[in-house]
Amino acid sequence: MFMPRETTTMIPRRRLISLGAGLTAVGVFLLALGLVAPLIVAVRVLLALAGVVTAFSGVSRLVWGLRRQRVDLLPWVCLAWLAVLIVAAVLAPVLPLKEHRDVAATLLEPVYLEPLRYYDHPLGTNSAGLDMLARCLYGARTSLTVSLLAVTIGTVLGGAIGVIAGYYRRGVDSVIGVLTNALLAVPPLILLIALSTLLEPSIRNMVLVLSLLTVPSMIRLARANTISFRQREFVFAAEAMGAGRLRIMARELVPNVLPPLLSMAVVVISGLIVAEASLSFLGLGVRPPEPTWGNMIAEAQGGVLQKHPSMVLVPGTFLFLTVFAFNVLGEKAQKRWNPRSAAS
Amino acid sequence: MTRKLLLRLGELVVVLALVSFGVFLLVALIPGDPAVAILGEGHPPEDYAALRAELGLDQPILNRYLDWLGGALTGDLGHSIVPPRSAVIDRVLAALPVSAELAILGLLLAMALAIPLAMWSAAREGGLVDRAIGASTFAVLSVPSFLSGLLLIMVLVNGLGWFPRGQWVRVSESITGNLHHALLPAVVIALSEAAVFTRILRSDLVVTLREDFVLAARARGMPRWRVLVGDALRPSSFSLLTLLGLSFGSLIGSTVIVETLFALPGMGSLVVNAANQGDFPMVQGATLLIAAAYVLVNIGIDLAYGFLDPRTRRVHA
Repeated sequence: MFMPRETTTMIPRRRLISLGAGLTAVGVFLLALGLVAPLIVAVRVLLALAGVVTAFSGVSRLVWGLRRQRVDLLPWVCLAWLAVLIVAAVLAPVLPLKEHRDVAATLLEPVYLEPLRYYDHPLGTNSAGLDMLARCLYGARTSLTVSLLAVTIGTVLGGAIGVIAGYYRRGVDSVIGVLTNALLAVPPLILLIALSTLLEPSIRNMVLVLSLLTVPSMIRLARANTISFRQREFVFAAEAMGAGRLRIMARELVPNVLPPLLSMAVVVISGLIVAEASLSFLGLGVRPPEPTWGNMIAEAQGGVLQKHPSMVLVPGTFLFLTVFAFNVLGEKAQKRWNPRSAAS
Repeated sequence: MTRKLLLRLGELVVVLALVSFGVFLLVALIPGDPAVAILGEGHPPEDYAALRAELGLDQPILNRYLDWLGGALTGDLGHSIVPPRSAVIDRVLAALPVSAELAILGLLLAMALAIPLAMWSAAREGGLVDRAIGASTFAVLSVPSFLSGLLLIMVLVNGLGWFPRGQWVRVSESITGNLHHALLPAVVIALSEAAVFTRILRSDLVVTLREDFVLAARARGMPRWRVLVGDALRPSSFSLLTLLGLSFGSLIGSTVIVETLFALPGMGSLVVNAANQGDFPMVQGATLLIAAAYVLVNIGIDLAYGFLDPRTRRVHA
């Protein structure tokens, strides 16, 4: 996907390189034009998009020509976006950002500034004059902290339970199986909403609830893989040498079960980011004034959307790019380490 | 087949019992005293005690669970604690048709979109159309439904004015008015489902199209579309069918979002409002019903395999 099409006739290498370099140059030019030209914002965004697409196809042709083989650049682009986002989110308190949550501090700031127009507010401001870029980066902090912590807890817990169920089988397995089915019997968003009546919407509780969502599917995956690995020769060999159950699980089974679990975890992260955003959007997640992508989008519903679509588009773009990046990387990882469940 | 059915039914009962206990615990674990939450502070202690007795809060937890479950089985899910204090079951039954219509309409639209797209894509495997469809479904999958909903509202409602916003027209009032109001929400629900369906069906179709019987049909001069529709579609539809059951969960999720987004009086906005007001009997009742429906649908799908694929019938007979 997204790669230059495989052709039966070989394209000469020199042509590939020169075409690639040309497209890259045009793309970078368009992107620069989109970022600085004094035009309507919509036109500039279109220019920048066209620039990104052109530059992307240029660079992938260039790499194809130079390396003499086709390389899928998309995962690298996604990795780069996530790296930039994570670094910016971690460094947000020390970056020279404008105010992101204290309304009292922005009484004199202009409200509803358009994005990509003013240097001190690159992505504009919201209804209270708060800086959108700062809000998006602080939103990324919440979103990424919550989903990364939740996926870690869910994978460790679910993986451990799944390996135990798959190794012991019989009673333990069926008890765990029924409990897993019961957890999976409630649709995810409904489970989240129901739990949010019980728990205060703090970051800790969000992590707790979202990891509960991750556990059952991790149990299933770990169990299925454990069952197939425990019948292999190396496990019999370890048993014959007198290894205990714990040692077999920790040393023989876990290292083999881990790669498919981890590649699944990458896909799960994007689901959790969406879940967290949906919950905040419904007003049941992290609440304002703490900015999250979900509550920023919720705040722009209704009349605001009509006059200032950028209030939805700016956080929406962050959300889309991040989810998209995790999806691309997750699919790549699934294909590599978990071929069975990579359906499409 | 009978044995399989019985096993599944046994499992169903256990799972439903567990789910109902979990849902029940949700309320039992709520911090604070529900009686204070309902009446507010500053009433004489007898009032609280009376209300606690009315709600059954003075009983041991297992008795309360059995009481509640007995009520639920006979269609009594208790009363809302928010002022009009209407019966949960009435509110749920009033909201259910709206959500059901949205979900079914969304599912049908998703299928109507996904099946032709998947066939087109699979027939041109590796071609420009295939790659374009693959890329765009992948992109659509990364757009949460509240975002795609808002974008569609921005373009189709605010920009072009093709669709009304907000109100809900009941089928009994006007069928065309009802469809006009339900269409855009259903499209939002359909979008992400259609993307998943297209990808799954395409990958199965690609495998089927390499089979000998497809070659044989083509060799006899059957046109490509006849082979696709008549021969390849049915044997390729099993993953799609499994997914249909699983997607019921995400379908309910996007129905909740869409109802909030368009302010439609369905189950989703019922649950979200109840959760926002801390109206736990309502959340409890609605969650129980949704979970029960979800489990039942998945079992139904399991049994449907038997009709689609004769091989599974023989194996389990």
